[in-house]
Amino acid sequence: MKSTTKQNLTGWLLFTPAAILLIAFTHYPTIATFFNSLYSNESVIRPSRFTGLESYQNMINDPVFWKVFNNNIWFAIGTIPTSIGLAIIMALIVNKAIPGRGLLRLCYFIPTMLPMIAVANIWLFFYSPDIGLLDKVLGMFGVESQNWLGDPDTALPSIIVMTVWKEAGFFMIFYLAGLQTISPELHEAAKLEGSSRWNYFWRIQFPLLLPTTLFVLINAFLNSFKLVDHLFILTKGGPDNATNLILYYIYENAFSFFDISYASALTVFMLTLLAITALVQFFIVDKRTHYR
Amino acid sequence: MKKSKFSLLASIELLGAYILAALWVLPLLYAFWAAFHSSSDAIHFDIFSPLTLDNFREVWNQAPFLQYGINTFLIVSFILPLQLVISTLAAYAFARYEFTGSNIAFTLVLVQLMITPEILIVQNYGTLASMNLVDTITGVGLPYVASAFCIFLLRQTFKSIPKELEDAAKLEGCGPLGILWKVYVPLALPTYLAFALVSVSHHWNNFLWPLIITNTVESRPLTVGLGIFGAPESGVDWSIVSAATLLSIFPLLIAFLLFQKQFVQSFMQAGIK
Repeated sequence: MKSTTKQNLTGWLLFTPAAILLIAFTHYPTIATFFNSLYSNESVIRPSRFTGLESYQNMINDPVFWKVFNNNIWFAIGTIPTSIGLAIIMALIVNKAIPGRGLLRLCYFIPTMLPMIAVANIWLFFYSPDIGLLDKVLGMFGVESQNWLGDPDTALPSIIVMTVWKEAGFFMIFYLAGLQTISPELHEAAKLEGSSRWNYFWRIQFPLLLPTTLFVLINAFLNSFKLVDHLFILTKGGPDNATNLILYYIYENAFSFFDISYASALTVFMLTLLAITALVQFFIVDKRTHYR
Repeated sequence: MKKSKFSLLASIELLGAYILAALWVLPLLYAFWAAFHSSSDAIHFDIFSPLTLDNFREVWNQAPFLQYGINTFLIVSFILPLQLVISTLAAYAFARYEFTGSNIAFTLVLVQLMITPEILIVQNYGTLASMNLVDTITGVGLPYVASAFCIFLLRQTFKSIPKELEDAAKLEGCGPLGILWKVYVPLALPTYLAFALVSVSHHWNNFLWPLIITNTVESRPLTVGLGIFGAPESGVDWSIVSAATLLSIFPLLIAFLLFQKQFVQSFMQAGIK
């Protein structure tokens, strides 16, 4: 009896520092955000008052919100499959004994180590009209000069290309780790059976990499909602919100328009999205990957 | 006949691999090249134009990048040791103590894997303002000090350590902290290294939260300094921005190039767990 109390006490004491900080910066703000979204903004002349679901009403009626949400979905669709596909190709390349393998791996991985702000600075120049590298190169083939980031039609795709460049090498690492767990005997067996490499990949490697793919998929999905640093340099969400993403819109509302109430409602929306992702991961993905 | 066809295919593949690698590294190499050339040469891509250090001189005069660098260093050195200490204690509790509510508590810890501090910027800004920590190194670091990810990684590692070692230390009269320090920490060193590299690179590169919570040169890290410097409306030219970008990334980049293997393995290890 006495030893259980002691166990209890020691356990809790060890956990306390982490618990206090997690409550202060994760759990409390999560709950407080929800309550803030139910109150109007406080100003010098008017105190905050309970407005219920009014900011959610505003959100539903806000065309910018829908646009931003839509952008985020397209950003996810544009970045995730491409970067995963490239990551698999890169991992297959550097998993083989080929000349210059270390150098290749370094090249693929290096964008991962750069801050998104630096990446945006570098790519800003590629995309600038007339003088930018992209226009220069395309100009050699007679393609007309474009304002890549200034045109609503090309702005988001331009940002997607840059993000794929930044992320593919990061996901490659996980595929490389996954490939190394596949027994080389399987490859030998497949060779004896005369199976083509194409078949070997789709029948053996890809299915065995499924847990990796699911892990990367979840991470890539989360990243597509959390990563907005580049917008500060490249477009500021423009032109006409063509590249604005949810988190950047939250930032704008809170720190440029000082509309805390609306920013809180948007945050709650984002938290709900993340909660759904977490549930999907917990009930579907984890169940399916645990057969290992 | 068949053999040569295969080797042709192999060479095409190899060529593809190198082209992809070139595409991946050229943007960075180009920025590197441009930083040492005048802006007009960089725009015209004049390969044989003279090298110059003017851009770096210009950056140095226009913005306090040394101060930014010191701030980034201070932020990273504030966050990492606290993360390690706090997570070690919590991870030990979760790995070896079955205290009341430990399962619920652990689930609540894992919430932070999904809801990272970036998402709660609005509320956390309010909290830090009420603590008078806006525009301080502590303010930049504090929301990240308790890391669910670190707790999770260390708990997994601690659980894999044989309990007999702990019992042996107990017989020698060690208390919980003594056991932790003498048995668990030494055996978990690879995990500590892996987390440290991931944490340092994450916080070296972090932007959004530091942007919000800092206002002055006194606490602004490199990324935020670079963000302000490179913003198109500030009207600086391309070569100078390249030089500033290079200045901001080179410490971490050099560390990465020197310890490439450790970095890659750390990311791998951290992801698999």
